[in-house]
Amino acid sequence: MKRKPSNYIALDFLSRSVNEGFARTAVAAFAAQMDPTLDELGDIKTAVSEAVTNAIVHAYPDSLGKISLRASIFEENLLEIVVRDWGCGIADVEQAREPLYTTGGAERSGMGFTIMESFMDALQVRSKPGRGTVVTMKRRIAMRSNGR
Amino acid sequence: MEFGITTKERSMTITLRGELDHHAARGTMQEIERAVEAALPLQLVLDFSGVTFMDSSGIAVVLRAQRRMQALGGAAELQGTPAQAKKVFEAAGIHRLISIR
Ligand SMILES: Nc1ncnc2c1ncn2[C@@H]1O[C@H](COP(=O)(O)OP(=O)(O)OP(=O)(O)O)[C@@H](O)[C@H]1O
Ligand SMILES: [Mg+2]
Repeated sequence: MKRKPSNYIALDFLSRSVNEGFARTAVAAFAAQMDPTLDELGDIKTAVSEAVTNAIVHAYPDSLGKISLRASIFEENLLEIVVRDWGCGIADVEQAREPLYTTGGAERSGMGFTIMESFMDALQVRSKPGRGTVVTMKRRIAMRSNGR
Repeated sequence: MEFGITTKERSMTITLRGELDHHAARGTMQEIERAVEAALPLQLVLDFSGVTFMDSSGIAVVLRAQRRMQALGGAAELQGTPAQAKKVFEAAGIHRLISIR
């Protein structure tokens, strides 16, 4: 059984690109209570932006749909972020996670999952074609005993 | 995203200010292309010092600008790149394709 988080936030929003900035800023503001460094906050914002942008660009390519975002704090300063959509889904997740793989044409580079992987400690992608995608990312924020 | 454009001889500097994400990417690409088409420079410097956030959407913007410059027989480079954007470029290996300072 999974432990209960000591704190969490949950947000639902429509897949409009203007919400990308809102989503990453909301998670950064929530994570501030974990006393992260600016670098750690930058990593978290980047990973959230990648996952949310994927839901906006790929999950709902020709329509607007619901995206849900949850950020939870677990023991030992562990931050978990879950981004969920109910869009088109991914047929082959392993292939989608390969660097440079993209179905997005010239406006995308196929590096989103690679960046999420390198900026976070763990990345899990679950998806079903026609049903949607759930991206779960974890990042441990270093504990600092003395002030910075 | 805000833009500042200065051209000196065949060298153009475009200063970007703001957050370069998917929401801003298309407008940024269009702004860069419009400026390059108008002046046909041989060197394009993208000044990133005012970019307060960038994700993978910025990679496509930069690579497209570089391809456009190469088609003109010129080159593109980045200057003033903040740590957050630099980390994104490095994670994606883009620093091997274009000069990032
Ligand atoms: N939420 C999603 N729903 C449907 N397909 C997705 C989703 N997320 C990713 N994909 C698929 O996985 C591919 C790879 O995603 P990734 O984020 O690595 O690259 P990208 O979005 O194509 O480009 P970049 O992130 O560099 O702009 C996408 O092109 C798309 O086909
Ligand atoms: Mg992506």
